[in-house]
Amino acid sequence: MEERIQLKVKGLVKRFGSETVLDGIDLDVHKGEVVVVLGPSGCGKSTLLRCMNGLESLSEGNIFLDGEEVSSSGKKITMLRQKIGMVFQSYDLFPHKNIMDNITLAPVKVQKRPKKDVESQAEKLLKRVGLWEKRKSYPRELSGGQKQRVAIIRALCMNPEVMLFDEVTAALDPEMVREVLDVMLELADGGMTMVIVTHEMQFARAIADRVIFLDGGNIVEDLPPEEFFTAPKTQRAKDFLQTFAYEKRRTDTN
Amino acid sequence: MRDSGINVLFLGKNFLRLLEGLGVTLRISLIAVLLSLPLGILLGMFMTLKNPVSKAISRIYLEFIRIMPQLVLLFIAYFGVTRMFGWNLSADVSAVIVFTLWGTAEMGDLVRGALISIPRHQYDSAAALGMTKVQTFIHVVVPQTMRRLIPLTINLTTRMIKTTSLVVLIGMTEVLKVGKQIIDANRFEYPTAALWIYGVIFLLYFLACWPISMLAKKLEKRWR
Ligand SMILES: Nc1ncnc2c1ncn2[C@@H]1O[C@H](COP(=O)(O)OP(=O)(O)OP(=O)(O)O)[C@@H](O)[C@H]1O
Ligand SMILES: [Mg+2]
Repeated sequence: MEERIQLKVKGLVKRFGSETVLDGIDLDVHKGEVVVVLGPSGCGKSTLLRCMNGLESLSEGNIFLDGEEVSSSGKKITMLRQKIGMVFQSYDLFPHKNIMDNITLAPVKVQKRPKKDVESQAEKLLKRVGLWEKRKSYPRELSGGQKQRVAIIRALCMNPEVMLFDEVTAALDPEMVREVLDVMLELADGGMTMVIVTHEMQFARAIADRVIFLDGGNIVEDLPPEEFFTAPKTQRAKDFLQTFAYEKRRTDTN
Repeated sequence: MRDSGINVLFLGKNFLRLLEGLGVTLRISLIAVLLSLPLGILLGMFMTLKNPVSKAISRIYLEFIRIMPQLVLLFIAYFGVTRMFGWNLSADVSAVIVFTLWGTAEMGDLVRGALISIPRHQYDSAAALGMTKVQTFIHVVVPQTMRRLIPLTINLTTRMIKTTSLVVLIGMTEVLKVGKQIIDANRFEYPTAALWIYGVIFLLYFLACWPISMLAKKLEKRWR
């Protein structure tokens, strides 16, 4: 893995009104690294990702992409967002456009690339995930898992340097989770820099180079996955992992 | 059946006069709708601003127009304004003004509804793709809003056509008025004329509004 820092979060504080959601986050993501962010519901995982590509303004601190600051206003932000792809939990395809037009819209309108080029890039990616036949379909005609794969391809066609994933499988039926996670695994193998929020612990363990555990607005653990899942340092992380474990608690009443 | 009321229709230019009457209604409706569309779109956008002042203003306007019966508005425009400011508004102009005010309020509310029904994650994902606010509006918000709006706008048009029959009360000769004149003129020869004339008027309204409603249904289905 290269040592170059691709995404740098420095002293990030985020408040909503009087509520401090993120309280001084420092995080360096290196090129090609896959960082999985874990933490209890409401601890600010989504907020952290949204701050990373300027969807939320920062109360304090800075975020740098390739050494360049991401600020939440002005022209620079739209330039920088082109380099940070993001996929959300909700199916966020544009319902009035077919799959191909969903994918080509931003590269053509924002990056002013020739439509043909984008389409041939989209063709390769759609074929790889087995959705080329669906290129003329509308989002409502696709399953949740198919929509999320298209959303990932749509972000990839902007040729981003970093991809952010916010619980992209959380709204999916279990049998569709796999097909989406496989696409992400393939991306990681291809060397994409990724920050992933997920509740799929097995997947987190398989894909992560590093696991960040967020709680109380701070990073309380920052460990390699094996270590995090087998020997977390803090009680809070232990408790968190415990919520995913099932024990035989049923008592025999006879 | 010499005195069957249906014969009234074929007396002189009676049927033609009815059609002309309908023409008056349709003309006013059409002008009012065409003016209401752009004004309503502006009003609807104005209503979604997060500014409390703009919210209050548009709220008051909307409530006022909705609470006031259109008839009262017509009287105010036609008789009141003439008295107060000494402007001599013709019945035509008064009617167009009142129905445009009404149409703008209704259209504004429809546009507002369509705009706020676009989920926030649509804006977010457009922004995450590097689109500017203007690009998002043009490529994401407007097309989705249009789909929702077109059927609603068409329904508004048919409501407009039906409501404009009120202009008879400020002295305009629209289809109902013509019908009444024909009935009155033939009261003795054709006692059943009323039934036939109103029946024909019903049919004329139906023929004017039905294709429009069908179009709305079709578009609604197509765009879901
Ligand atoms: N726009 C907002 N306005 C006010 N409060 C917000 C806003 N967005 C998030 N919050 C609050 O910030 C906190 C963190 O929210 P966030 O969505 O980042 O949590 P999360 O870790 O992603 O949770 P989950 O696992 O449930 O998705 C929550 O308490 C939430 O109520
Ligand atoms: Mg979240």
